[in-house]
Amino acid sequence: MEKEIYERLNKVFRDVFDDETIEVNSETTSKDIEDWDSLEHINLVVAVEQEFGIKFNMNEVTTMKNVGEMVSIIMSRI
Amino acid sequence: MQELEYPFDVEYLIKNKKKIKRELLEKGNFLEKNIAILGGSTTSEIKNMLEIFLLNYGIKPTFYESEYNKFYEDAMFGNEELDNFHPDIIYIHTTNRNIIEYPSMLDDENTVNEMLNSEYEKFRKMWNKLFEKFNATIIQNNFEYPFFRLLGNKDASDIHGRINFITRLNQKFYDYANTTKNFFINDINYISSCYGLDKWADQLYWNMYKYAMEVSAIPYLSFNIANIIKSIYGKNKKALVLDLDNTLWGGIVGDDGVENLAIGPEVPSGQVYAEFQNYLKEQRNLGVLLNVNSKNEYENAIAGLNHPAGVLKPDDFIIIKANWEPKNINIKAIAEELNLGADSFVFVDDNPAERQICKSYVDGIATPNIDTPENYIRILDHNGYFEITNFSTEDLKKNALYKDNAKRSQMMATFDNYEDYLLSLKMKAEISSFKPIYLERIAQLSNKSNQFNLTTKRYSLADIEAVNNDDNYIKLYGKLEDIFGDNGVITVVIGNIKNNDELHIDLWIMSCRVLKRNMEYAMLDSLVKKAKERNIKTIYGYYYPTQKNKMVSDFYKLQGFEEISCDDKGNKVYKLDISNGYKNKNNVIEVKE
Repeated sequence: MEKEIYERLNKVFRDVFDDETIEVNSETTSKDIEDWDSLEHINLVVAVEQEFGIKFNMNEVTTMKNVGEMVSIIMSRI
Repeated sequence: MQELEYPFDVEYLIKNKKKIKRELLEKGNFLEKNIAILGGSTTSEIKNMLEIFLLNYGIKPTFYESEYNKFYEDAMFGNEELDNFHPDIIYIHTTNRNIIEYPSMLDDENTVNEMLNSEYEKFRKMWNKLFEKFNATIIQNNFEYPFFRLLGNKDASDIHGRINFITRLNQKFYDYANTTKNFFINDINYISSCYGLDKWADQLYWNMYKYAMEVSAIPYLSFNIANIIKSIYGKNKKALVLDLDNTLWGGIVGDDGVENLAIGPEVPSGQVYAEFQNYLKEQRNLGVLLNVNSKNEYENAIAGLNHPAGVLKPDDFIIIKANWEPKNINIKAIAEELNLGADSFVFVDDNPAERQICKSYVDGIATPNIDTPENYIRILDHNGYFEITNFSTEDLKKNALYKDNAKRSQMMATFDNYEDYLLSLKMKAEISSFKPIYLERIAQLSNKSNQFNLTTKRYSLADIEAVNNDDNYIKLYGKLEDIFGDNGVITVVIGNIKNNDELHIDLWIMSCRVLKRNMEYAMLDSLVKKAKERNIKTIYGYYYPTQKNKMVSDFYKLQGFEEISCDDKGNKVYKLDISNGYKNKNNVIEVKE
């Protein structure tokens, strides 16, 4: 299931940043992706929420450090 | 681009806006405009979405975006960048977050009024300053309601309530708009209520990102702004092209007869169509040109429009095309007769396949996905095709003017690539001998079909069962599906084997839903195949004219049959010799047996 989540997440990243070369892993952070600034971050969060049919709460959005933490929140919800 | 028409797939738009922008930019030939966004909250995504909606309207924006919540400073004190930007449009994105002071319960009426005035004056001075400085059009948000009500229901009526305060402030904005040229209100109060205020006001987005609304609501906001802008630059649609059966009334006039159409207040299904006709009549009164594009005999279409409970009458339309031509050809003909670009049209049809053909072959036409009848008004309305920014009395006369013009030119566009359209539908048919699960549908179809019906022979369920059990019959049903979905069982042929090598076609019917899709060719191919398996040499076809089946009067001739007799009532007998081979006619439908 974790593998599938990464695959779906990767697709969302590629769509949002319009970059087919993106490969995310648990260590990926905003530093690794050029366009990932605070304004794109919200679009990313919304796109991820819609992809998995979940909603992050404020605490989660502010404390998420990398993609791995995002995935563990997703896994706890679906 | 269909994705940029209401209703939106917000998820798709948010994820793919960059790709969409790239695709739209490839089209070229844009009207270029400078748009300054002066925001009282974060506007980044509002700008991104506005950009793709405008590109879709053929407008290429260059943006100036104020620093976060610097709308007032930018407007009043200016800055070099904005001063040199020469905006054509200034959009002021303020929300109830930007109201500085609200009344408290201790304030007396005078204090509240002063508060209201000072809030309004702040805006009025800002607008006037912008008009002094720039030769631009201003688009100003009104205020959305707050998501909480300190006074409960009294918040609306009491001068201390925020809802009351915002309502009064909005009214002052409207008074300014009504007396000022080049000033338009972007009605976020309405947009937020359509969207759902609680969802719109999701506080996470304010607290986290200083967005004054949920991010998923932004496409609706930006679309609304884009509609005002395209209207200002004359890019509104001008005309509606309307289907009849199941669009303006419930039922099929050619099959069901005028007296059985659902229209009017007696039944819910008729009520919904009457309200839709009412809405269209109001559009007409505002100068939108109404036209008809329907697969029908002309007399039937007129009879339907003269239904006593109908709101729209034949006279309300400029051009009525009721024939059996492909609808895209009719639309091009209407465009030529009215002397309008095809991109000025909105085509309204309940049938997604008809919408698709028009979308594919008529460049720039809007073909809203109007869904089911109870949604027609909302979807048409919320698309903002006819957004009014400036209204003249000329608009009221427009229908009459065009009507005269239409009489002058009567030209017909031609279209020679119909097969490509059919192929694009990726049709798949299932044609086979009757199966028990379909017998009821087959009987029903034999009783409902009036137009595509060669003999108008009616069968009860028992009759159909008898045919099914009799080995002297070849009996085929056909199902058709395409990229839009499954049409179910839509055609039936029953042939009676006589004298060992003759097949006499007792019944050949097809639903009007699938006319001009070459399904009849596929049926004949399968029929011939089955006939050969039974050593049939000659197939006989019969055409018995009725008031409703004129459209198939030449059907057998078109299928390559030879006419062998015709009596004084017009009853005809045809034959087709298959003993010397037969060449399949269908090449657009994939057939499964």
